[in-house]
Amino acid sequence: MSQTCPECEGPVELAEPVRLSEIAQCADCSSELEVVGLDPVALALAPEIEEDWGE
Amino acid sequence: MRPLAVLASRVRYEEKRIFAALERRGVPYTHLDTRRFSVELGGGTTGPSCAAALNREISHSRALYASMLLEARGVATVNRSDVIAVCGDKLRTSLALERAGVPSPRTAVALSPDEGADAAERMGFPVVLKPLAGSWGRLVAAARDRDSAEALLEHRAALPSPLQHIVYLQEFVDKPGRDIRVIVAGDQVVGATYRYSDGWRTNAARGARSEPCPLVPDLVAPALAAARAVGGGVLGVDLVEGQDGPLVLEVNHAVEFQGFQAAHGDAVDVADAIVAYAVAAAERNEEALENEDALEEAR
Repeated sequence: MSQTCPECEGPVELAEPVRLSEIAQCADCSSELEVVGLDPVALALAPEIEEDWGE
Repeated sequence: MRPLAVLASRVRYEEKRIFAALERRGVPYTHLDTRRFSVELGGGTTGPSCAAALNREISHSRALYASMLLEARGVATVNRSDVIAVCGDKLRTSLALERAGVPSPRTAVALSPDEGADAAERMGFPVVLKPLAGSWGRLVAAARDRDSAEALLEHRAALPSPLQHIVYLQEFVDKPGRDIRVIVAGDQVVGATYRYSDGWRTNAARGARSEPCPLVPDLVAPALAAARAVGGGVLGVDLVEGQDGPLVLEVNHAVEFQGFQAAHGDAVDVADAIVAYAVAAAERNEEALENEDALEEAR
């Protein structure tokens, strides 16, 4: 599925099935994006890494 | 069985593999974004109704409190909040490993940056400075002499978080360009990988290359002991090869496994192993609740 990057309007390919909160990266501008809606699929800039993030 | 809840605010490669594994097994599940999770205390009935929660939350704070809140409502969690609390703090992890006699690098802690340089000097250079919390090798630095230690600690002192002013030091282990990640689920080892890097930090998040590592007893024993020491569950145990055998560096409670899975291909299915462990926890919890209900009725 192809979507448009909200930052640079470049194409962003998402593998099916698309999941809510899924993370994708724009190949054009390298922005990290988050799937914030499924019907219709919507992308927004993903949150910045926080200090307590990790595995 | 009631659904399994998968807690995650970021759905990455790992979470997608876990969703796929749940679907292949026909396990009912719900994805719960912790950013939209709240419960009311004091007997309120808000919150999810689920048999167990597989906690994949990337934020340590949200992961810890989500497991804590769910446990208070009788939900089995993977991992439990006490395990997350230990794994999310390098000092707590070191103390748990020390108590259990698990081999790990020499470690020292100073409770202020001023004391940190003296503690580093006593340990002997080079030393590695690590933040107590955090992951992916962030803010981990090697100090090769007193001057560089003091410079690093001066930067630490300027950070606003008081937690950053606690100085956690470890001996610099001269490893052979790699470390080892062992994934453990309960009392089973899922597999292991070497993680190679050109730099001294061999975190996968920093671009380390993963290759399969044989599961020899000298590796399995400390990995399982480390997992038990922090309370058990689904864990990623990181080790380095010391002169006298593997040393446990840390234990990760929300293990990432993209590089690990790529290295093993079809030989290992990490997501399925995680799901199997979580489903078993859910079934045990459901059975315990049914037994409690039966006892209550009998009264």
